[in-house]
Amino acid sequence: MNPQTLQLICFYAFSFVTVAAALSVISLKNTVHAVLALVLTFFSAACLWLLLEAEFLALALIVVYVGAVMVLFLFVVMMLDIDQEKMREGFVKFLPVGLIVAVVMLVEMLGLVGVRAMNAHVLGENPAVAAGMSNTEWLGHALYTTFLLPFEIAALILTVGVVAAVALTLRERRDARYETPSQQVRVDPRNRVRIVKMAAVRPDEPTASQEPQP
Amino acid sequence: MADQLINQVLWPVIYILCIVLPLVIAVAMFVYWERKVIGWMHVRLGPNKIGPFGILQAFADVVKLLIKEVILPTKANRFLYFLAPLIALIPALAAWAVIPFSGQMVLSNANAGILYLLAMTSMGVYGIIIAGWASNSRYALLGAMRSAAQVISYELAMGLCLVCVLVLAGSLNLTEIVNAQAGSKGILEWFMWPLLPVFVIYFISGVAETNRAPFDMAEGESEIVAGFHVEYSGSAFAIFFLAEYANMILISFLASILFLGGWLSPFPASWGFIGHGGFIWLFIKAFMMSFLFLWFRATFPRYRYDQIMRLGWKVLIPIAIVWVMVAGCLKYFDVVTVGMGA
Repeated sequence: MNPQTLQLICFYAFSFVTVAAALSVISLKNTVHAVLALVLTFFSAACLWLLLEAEFLALALIVVYVGAVMVLFLFVVMMLDIDQEKMREGFVKFLPVGLIVAVVMLVEMLGLVGVRAMNAHVLGENPAVAAGMSNTEWLGHALYTTFLLPFEIAALILTVGVVAAVALTLRERRDARYETPSQQVRVDPRNRVRIVKMAAVRPDEPTASQEPQP
Repeated sequence: MADQLINQVLWPVIYILCIVLPLVIAVAMFVYWERKVIGWMHVRLGPNKIGPFGILQAFADVVKLLIKEVILPTKANRFLYFLAPLIALIPALAAWAVIPFSGQMVLSNANAGILYLLAMTSMGVYGIIIAGWASNSRYALLGAMRSAAQVISYELAMGLCLVCVLVLAGSLNLTEIVNAQAGSKGILEWFMWPLLPVFVIYFISGVAETNRAPFDMAEGESEIVAGFHVEYSGSAFAIFFLAEYANMILISFLASILFLGGWLSPFPASWGFIGHGGFIWLFIKAFMMSFLFLWFRATFPRYRYDQIMRLGWKVLIPIAIVWVMVAGCLKYFDVVTVGMGA
């Protein structure tokens, strides 16, 4: 078995898992299961990218989407109190509309891919290999030299998005109680605790202060 | 054909076993060592009944866990309930693939080693979340929620620490990172000196990532009983235990590799025998780092949830961001030069 055959087998295996998982995202009844299927989709898509020797993108996909975004997503979905039955209602009613949208999208995609395929020029050699660098190194060079401005603009847009999301959802509650750590550490123990010195007393010895039993 | 099969399948499997089996043994001994050390710190004896000095205690525990009944809670999701321990364990073991034990001893000398590690450690949280959800228990779900938020927060700080290291080393490859710390001055060439705050942050994040005390919010025995694995018993619980300790040892090794010069000797190479690098140095360093985990557990009380979040987002991440810039300057002005390797 030569490496190409093995790679082809791997490709089909990963593609099959990707497509099957993507289908189950929209068909599974339980929302948490659907999110986990989406995680599997991302993971096997990353495996497909690894086969293309795009190791940086593949690992970044796992770190960012599988490791962070989907965890938060799962977090939210687990907290939601979803009426599963209600979600299934109207599946048949909306099926024709969904099918029409799906067919239109399919035609558009086929059109796009078909037009591309007609005047396609075969993709050149892997630029990272041509430059004698690892995939990550080449991507870093490209991003920080040729594409520096778009890269920085993308970063800025994402930051604005984060700030906007925080600003939209942050509500200062007047009745909520807050702790200020800097104030907490500045507390003087002498104001909180009073240490009283007294002589040791044995309980079985009646002392002058104790009242005699009536 | 047969040749290829041996070279590409059989040998890697043997190498993997050479890493995983000692790792499992190390986990067992580390559990014993932990109980012993915490015992000493509490002025107790620790386990001392089974075997000499109680050294076989961990193995007795393993046998006990394996023959215990695994109970499935009512209305728990059977498939996910049994999948969760495996999802916790597999990334914990898979991450070891790129750890270089010495200059030549590495299973996979991957170019994107650090990224791979980051990907694998970030997968581990799914084991906890799925376990918490599939158990159909409120305590477990709360543990899973706490853990998800905590792990994501500290992963950011950890990622920024790794950025500092790879800025200085100029590579994502762990072997090259260690080689970049080589030089004529021994211990003074290690990245822990220019990146001292980052080193501390990395280890704190590592403790938080593995859900260890004082960051063991996911378990919180006194608040939510045992958190995400409260419903697990027997071998399923043992697998969670194995994953947690394998992750602790992994973080210890990583801290040693990234900041303490990996297998390099702390003494200059000119000192003869003692100045040569070797995997024994890596084990000594990793042992010292893993001892810190135990020391923390015996020393610090558990953080409150808001304190954990505050520490992660408002203290560690800002310092790490500043130090990314400092590392950039150190590199740009050639303050830190990269060694050529032993």
